[in-house]
Amino acid sequence: MALFKLPGIHVNHHKNTANLKPVEMPVPKMVILPMNMHIGATASPIVKVGDKVKVGQKIAEASSFISANIHSPVSGVVKKIEDFLTGNGTYVKAIHIESDMLQTLSEEVQVPHVDSYESFVEALKNSGIVGLGGAGFPTHVKFTIKDLSKVEVVLINCAECEPYITSDTRTMIDDIELLKEGTQLLEKYIGVKKIVFGIENNKKEAIKSLKTLEDEVVQVKVLSAKYPQGGEKVLIYNTLGKIVKEGGLPLDEGVIIINVTTLASIARYIKTGLPLIKKTVTVDGSVVNKPMNVITYIGTPIKEVFDFCGGFKERAAKVMYGGPMMGIALPSLDLPVTKTTNALIAFNEKEARLPEESNCIKCGRCINHCPLHLDPCAFAMALEASNVEELAKLKVNLCMECGVCSYVCPAKRPLVQKNRLAKAELKKYEQQLAKKQDTSKAEK
Amino acid sequence: MSKEKRFLITDQNNQYNVLFKKKLRKKALDQNQQKSSKEANSKEENLENLIVSSSPHVFSNTTTTKIMRDVIIALIPASIAAVVLFGLKALMLILVCIATSVFCEWGFQKICKQKTTIGDLSAIVTGLLLALNLPASVLWWQAVIGSIVAIVVVKGIFGGIGKNFANPAITARIVMLLAFGTTVGASVFPRFVDATTSATPLAILKMDYGFLPEIWQMLVGMRGGAIGETCAIALIIGGIYLLVRKVITWHTPVIYILGVFIFSLLFKGFDVEFAIYQVLSGGLLIGAIFMATDYTTSPSRPIGKIIFAIGCAFITVVIRLWGNYPEGVSFSILFMNILNPFIDRIKIKKPLGGVKA
Repeated sequence: MALFKLPGIHVNHHKNTANLKPVEMPVPKMVILPMNMHIGATASPIVKVGDKVKVGQKIAEASSFISANIHSPVSGVVKKIEDFLTGNGTYVKAIHIESDMLQTLSEEVQVPHVDSYESFVEALKNSGIVGLGGAGFPTHVKFTIKDLSKVEVVLINCAECEPYITSDTRTMIDDIELLKEGTQLLEKYIGVKKIVFGIENNKKEAIKSLKTLEDEVVQVKVLSAKYPQGGEKVLIYNTLGKIVKEGGLPLDEGVIIINVTTLASIARYIKTGLPLIKKTVTVDGSVVNKPMNVITYIGTPIKEVFDFCGGFKERAAKVMYGGPMMGIALPSLDLPVTKTTNALIAFNEKEARLPEESNCIKCGRCINHCPLHLDPCAFAMALEASNVEELAKLKVNLCMECGVCSYVCPAKRPLVQKNRLAKAELKKYEQQLAKKQDTSKAEK
Repeated sequence: MSKEKRFLITDQNNQYNVLFKKKLRKKALDQNQQKSSKEANSKEENLENLIVSSSPHVFSNTTTTKIMRDVIIALIPASIAAVVLFGLKALMLILVCIATSVFCEWGFQKICKQKTTIGDLSAIVTGLLLALNLPASVLWWQAVIGSIVAIVVVKGIFGGIGKNFANPAITARIVMLLAFGTTVGASVFPRFVDATTSATPLAILKMDYGFLPEIWQMLVGMRGGAIGETCAIALIIGGIYLLVRKVITWHTPVIYILGVFIFSLLFKGFDVEFAIYQVLSGGLLIGAIFMATDYTTSPSRPIGKIIFAIGCAFITVVIRLWGNYPEGVSFSILFMNILNPFIDRIKIKKPLGGVKA
């Protein structure tokens, strides 16, 4: 057990939509499916322009081990496959499908035959399920384990520490049956003896719902509502008292950690055979007329989602995927809902305005609030001096970019943004170093 | 850092969006070389004018200005006590110091073509602290010179707020003590006290001659000293306010005051009354609560704060007992300010999961 809880911050929760049951959205006319809705290699399309596709049909295939399949969420015709400018500013191939509104189910959609660990992982691979907490790490990769006896505990991340987002909360309340089946699947095929749900104490109803699952294997661990409670390393430390070493994986400590909605999706796929084509999304923010949870088809343009929620009260000045602490601000409303979108937040002019930066007053708030005991002030100084060795010594590579330092800074310095640059700088330097060593070895 | 990188961090003019538009336009042009650029133009217009910046997108309410405002509010009880005890002379000193500090900050930044930062209220804090650390005998022009030293020499030249290595008010007070010894070093008594003794409690303790005021007189400020340092109750109220508002942590003031108490006990043969007088006299309370907790010149981590406070306490007691001056608070804080960069490097909490290279 963790002796000292890691530091963090209390943010305004804004969980306005926690009591609203998700509403199903109509089928969109057009869906856009970028090939990079997960971490790892982009998927490669296996359909051509003009092809007819049906609901649940595989349209893109994982191109390497760390990659995921993509399935069509609608039935219709492939209109175009072309480079598409995604939210992070890179061009990625995207499949545009025009829906025929019939939603005919593909013959490919069949209940998978699962009777062993190998077939379980195979099913996950076919399902196209990725980590739905936001990172989008392909789930089948997480469960590909050489030595199953190493797995001591599966940790289910129910923290949802970001403000506004309530889609996981709704999963815990509405899909409790699926979660029960999910834990049974894990017990059966992974052979795990302990499953822990880690949840923040501000979700009373979800805790009540999860408590019904408790037995000798399943435990519910209630944690304080503190951002970033849902960070992988933070949650593992606060619930199990284990420290994931630099460069290591949770599995090295005998832990597999997955998001609660991911678990529900796994159970749903094994039960029905319907791959990941729908997603519960929290739509909220000061300019949204009717904040609510909606069940959307993946690939729906976010403009349609906002329109479904009553449109904007005033001009939206900033729109983002995910919560306001780690979400990605979007340059356009034409971008689609992706597999990893758990919320769409829209801010008005006042909230979106960036605060003005001033001198560091060395108050130490960033240092004393960093959940990983890092020193953002020193990172910024080393970065400005281009001192990469110092950055390596200060362990900037451990930073998980939770944004706590930027949030608490009274001088409003862009600290986490500098950490990102510093991490990139350090990576570049290490690559150069490795190259140099290689050439010097070759010379010898 | 290159210019490009800078705007990636602080996208205040929304330049990222402009870049994004350019990228989209270029791509559209590349794709439709034969077609007219009409389509490209229409695509560009489709983009709403959204602000794009790197996360986080929300920020805490705490700003430098609000912190400084809290410090000023915490100093209000002590300022009122100063005016009540020492009369209009105290009010004059406070106003002169604040006005000069603010004017110097503004003037210096204008001359150096820097952005004016008088809006963050830090100059007012410096001026007020300096005034409260001066006895009522100080002349107005001496207060003006002290404020200039604090703002221009100690703060401005080193780069303004957050860049000074020593506490401006403390350094200015020491400069004034050395320059105008007769007025700054004098012991002035509150209006309500019959000046039967002519020395401050610390001087009396040191020379072991004269009549010490009662403890209750020490608490309400009926003793000789600087205008803001005598009323212990007002200072403690201010300290509690700062603790409640989470502007300071308990480490520095509590350990500093406790340290002075313990060192006095140890060095003077466990005389409890002597130690209590040591805690309540001189500038210890104002120093421990308001000066040693100055962000810029004190360590950021709790362990550093503890070491800093123990060092301050030790030097204070040594100067008080064996030094040339009756008071050692300002010297001890200045000395520890200089050691601060080294103390601040001491860490207990290692990066979580970090492996030594």
